[in-house]
Amino acid sequence: MRIELEKRPERSKLFSILSPFIALGLTLIAGAILFLSLGKNPVEALFFFFIDPLLYGWSLHELAVKAAPLILIAVGLSVCFRSNNWNIGAEGQFVMGAVAGSVIPVVFHEWQSLLVLPLMMISAMLGGAAYAAIPALLKARLNTNEILSSLMLVYVAQLFLDWLVRGPWRNPEGFNFPETRNFNASAILPEIVDGGRAHFGLVFAIIAALLTWFMMRHTLKGFEIAVLGQSQRAGRFAGFSAARMVIFAFLFSGALAGLAGISEVSGAIGQLRPVISPGYGFTAIIVAFLGRLNPLGIVAAGLVLALTYLGGEAAQISIGVSDKVARLFQGALLFFVLACDTLIHYRIRIRRPAAAGSAIADARPQAETN
Amino acid sequence: MGLFEAILFSVMTAATPLVLAAIGELVVERSGVLNLGVEGMMIMGAVVAFAGAQLSGSAFVGVLCGLLAGAAFSLLFGFLTLTLVANQVATGLALTILGLGLSGMIGERFIGLPGVRLPVLNVPGLSDVPIVGRVLFGQDLLFYLSIALVVGVAWFLFRTRAGLKLRAIGDNHGSAHALGVPVIRTRYLAVLFGGACAGLAGAHLSLVYTPQWVENMSAGRGWIALALVVFASWRPWRLLAGAYLFGAVSIGQLHAQALGIGIPSQFMSMLPYLATILVLVLISMDRRLTLINRPASLAQPFVPER
Amino acid sequence: MQASATSEGDRLLALQELTKTFGSLRACDGVDLDIRPGEIHALLGENGAGKSTLVKMLFGVLAPDGGEIRWKGSPVAITSPFEARQLGIGMVFQHFSLFEALTVAENIALSLDETVSIARIADEARSLSQAYGLPLDPFAHVADLSVGERQRIEIVRTLLQKPELIILDEPTSVLTPQEADRLFETLETLRGEGKSILYISHRLDEVRRICDRATVLRHGKVVAACDPRAETVASLAGLMVGGEVATVTNSPNAGTDQALLEVAHLSLPSRSPFAVTLRDIDLTVRRGEVLAIAGVAGNGQSELFDALSGEVLAGTPDVIRIGGAAVGQKGITQRRLLGAGFVPEERHGHGAVSQMRLSDNMVLARHRSDAGTFLAGGILKVLKRGAIAKAAARVVDAMDVRKSGDDPHASALSGGNLQKFIVGRELDRKPVLLVVNQPTWGVDAGAASRIRQALVDLARSGSAVLVISQDLDEIFEVAHRIAVIHHGRLSAPEPAASMSRERIGLLMGGAAPDGASPGPGEAADAH
Repeated sequence: MRIELEKRPERSKLFSILSPFIALGLTLIAGAILFLSLGKNPVEALFFFFIDPLLYGWSLHELAVKAAPLILIAVGLSVCFRSNNWNIGAEGQFVMGAVAGSVIPVVFHEWQSLLVLPLMMISAMLGGAAYAAIPALLKARLNTNEILSSLMLVYVAQLFLDWLVRGPWRNPEGFNFPETRNFNASAILPEIVDGGRAHFGLVFAIIAALLTWFMMRHTLKGFEIAVLGQSQRAGRFAGFSAARMVIFAFLFSGALAGLAGISEVSGAIGQLRPVISPGYGFTAIIVAFLGRLNPLGIVAAGLVLALTYLGGEAAQISIGVSDKVARLFQGALLFFVLACDTLIHYRIRIRRPAAAGSAIADARPQAETN
Repeated sequence: MGLFEAILFSVMTAATPLVLAAIGELVVERSGVLNLGVEGMMIMGAVVAFAGAQLSGSAFVGVLCGLLAGAAFSLLFGFLTLTLVANQVATGLALTILGLGLSGMIGERFIGLPGVRLPVLNVPGLSDVPIVGRVLFGQDLLFYLSIALVVGVAWFLFRTRAGLKLRAIGDNHGSAHALGVPVIRTRYLAVLFGGACAGLAGAHLSLVYTPQWVENMSAGRGWIALALVVFASWRPWRLLAGAYLFGAVSIGQLHAQALGIGIPSQFMSMLPYLATILVLVLISMDRRLTLINRPASLAQPFVPER
Repeated sequence: MQASATSEGDRLLALQELTKTFGSLRACDGVDLDIRPGEIHALLGENGAGKSTLVKMLFGVLAPDGGEIRWKGSPVAITSPFEARQLGIGMVFQHFSLFEALTVAENIALSLDETVSIARIADEARSLSQAYGLPLDPFAHVADLSVGERQRIEIVRTLLQKPELIILDEPTSVLTPQEADRLFETLETLRGEGKSILYISHRLDEVRRICDRATVLRHGKVVAACDPRAETVASLAGLMVGGEVATVTNSPNAGTDQALLEVAHLSLPSRSPFAVTLRDIDLTVRRGEVLAIAGVAGNGQSELFDALSGEVLAGTPDVIRIGGAAVGQKGITQRRLLGAGFVPEERHGHGAVSQMRLSDNMVLARHRSDAGTFLAGGILKVLKRGAIAKAAARVVDAMDVRKSGDDPHASALSGGNLQKFIVGRELDRKPVLLVVNQPTWGVDAGAASRIRQALVDLARSGSAVLVISQDLDEIFEVAHRIAVIHHGRLSAPEPAASMSRERIGLLMGGAAPDGASPGPGEAADAH
């Protein structure tokens, strides 16, 4: 038996919409098999993983807290990936954004003003963008592979944060714990509704998604991004500059990652610690692809991936499986998304081996699977 | 063992996983496939090798388990990118994310357990030579294997007909297909080889370098291996040189930290990553060199017409 | 074995009802064909008639969906190029199946028995290439070789397999007339040795010159089997196209003194190891005339196009002037704003984005020149989809672009129709200067004649047109003046009426103009 692909003349609209759902379904099936092999009741396990966290007010708030950075980062990445720039260092830009945004509440911790929060947000976006500018400039000027350079900078950023919170920024009243002072009230991102955990990060995320969607769908800039992503040569013919696009895409996604970083620190944590992200920058790559690089799809995909974080914690408590299962789900989901995207561009045929010696037989032993 | 000898020895040890992973990826890229999942295959190799050694009590069984784990894991990548023609960059990332998650789960029960160390195999006579004896001939199986693989790959690529076919596929898969060279089958084999090598690299981490299981213990080495392949401009011998250079940087910073020179340890730990970027920048400045050596069909999708 | 070959001696290969379908397209539809030993058999047909599909099935690259292949009388299944070679079928590809990064000998080794050493292959290749007058250095890297040399590799590689049937796919499309003559001599030698040749071409005069029999394909079906020597070029063309093709009517050079494109001493170093350096190029295109640049592929045509279009900038502003304005340092957008239009050689991924709709491809070349119509919202630059769709429909109408659906992706159009759209996109702006690279490459005869007529008409209406082409027939149809590019140098343009094919052929091969001996500097970098 052999799998053969046949290129479609145009990409399939149907599968463009269906493929993320098929991928989700396949991930659930794979998950059920996994739980079964761990000796758990798969129905019960999947319930605790994917349904239970949706049943309580507090966990819905938690979902919003987790979804906000994922959506913000992924919206930025969608612009990068669409323009064929592989920024996979969003985790580092998240960290550096958080650091830049925390200068005011840590260094000038006594300053209380309405200006504090906006300034924090702006400096975080500048910080994230500046950090993303390093791989961007290296690629645009020197043709250095951006995948590797942006990724290496993640480790550098994490080490830098580690040094800050253990060294110069350590809370002098913190019993030597590696963390900064708690931010004062005017540096804390407010909650959306009083008494809940969900903060304004989610609002930023949704605004960013809407604006980016408009840019991609309706403006010449969005057109430029799409053209350069599909063919640099055609882009040059149109008078667009691939080098400038590298810079634009990285700065854009770096700024959003930085905003995600400060929102997380100021909205959810309240101080800097050695580790401020459970891998949001990497999980956002999955969010971007599950959302098919469409900012509105990314909002939905961000909620799904946020759910896997919560589900992991819930399943650990209620049925005693490792919370690492969440990471596993996320990886598997990306695999299935990529596999299902094949259906958009190709028809898949399963060909059984023809009877020996009659390869040119007239009968067409093919079964079209779609 | 004198200090200089000890340092040389540890440089070799630090470089060996890089050599193993990078030589595998070099063959993969020479066939025109970019597998960014080295980090994921490596960490899978590390955890499965550790588990195999724990459960069997033999480090050699562990090595074999690591090899098989890396190869099996690479098959996932192969199926997606070669059969389903998925984007190679994204699929490689997926492999890394999946590998980090899966290894974390498998390894949970092994955290904190003392490991089984791969024994040293002295080459009789040679291992007693002063200074270089221990360094070159008093090593473990995986070190010898890493050298043998570099020699073997260099011979295979440039001296055998199968190697010629693999290079031809990497240069122009359309023409290779038209001539009847089996593009997809060859690439599957290359990807499997790359996976097995990454698995061995992982086994080295959890059985030799630090014989225990620590989550995320590959710490970006898979990515550094990828950078090494570019640095070596897809040539096996340059790769070996590059790997030892990196080994020297990472050991150098460790010793500097131990000596307590006034620089914070975090900054010293950044050095291998910054060195990787620096090396990539230097190599990419010579655009011609990269253009001439880079396999022309690298990361391009291939669908045979039938 | 010998006996059976001679008893069925009049049929080396016979195809019956051979069929191949791609999706809903019947690329080959019940094709019958037979080839005798020692004949040169022409396979004629337009682009897209199914010639390539047919030979790929013969060479085992494609699997037929139905029908039978008989080799020396017995049915065979050719499932791979390896099996084809085992049978005795060799193939010289149109788009060479060569590997740039490998040496000549390594390229040859890839299609030969694995037990033969590279050194022996190099020896055999050298002696064989001498025997057939095809000089070749076995240890040269393919990347450094000219198109003609590359074809020699393909032929030598095929001959080393000692085939009984050699398939040549459009072998002369990349050769100078003189190189083609030499190829024909080689083919006649081979025929003399009793080998059979399946010769695929759409060049009718050469088919009439060297082929014994011809089979004509149209829309995947055999429409005629004939003796080409008993036919005229016109009758063969009629069989191929299935009707009359409008001939291009050109008027005498109406060129005024007003130069719309002036290039003076343009030199550009190559940007990659595989590109050509442009050296000291001078040319002028005046209002009302068509200047054509002939040349063998890979002699700097695309580099010249990129320099003229502004996709690559020249060193100083005044080496290129459009309508008098020095634009050497200005990009493609500024040159468009001066009224210039550009049509590149490659349709997919240069002149158009395959996975985008026609209306998007409209925006590709005209987002600045038509900003007033296509964009709204000030600095937001919001695309006005309605206005863009209307413009696209206008182009589709004017050029008779056949498409399915309202606004299909560029990838869904045939080569000819997409090219009509790309040319029409520029004509719709009424450019004062149009630069076109290979306007009808891989385009069917109907579309080709329409495009050529449009170019001629544009010049007649008072614009300047520069056509870069490999197709001498096309050049003579449209050009008022002709220049030839070779190794990045351009010969001085001469009136078309005074140019002969032979003379152009010599210039394409690098002969110095007017028999003048090359200066010392030229000789040094003539390589």
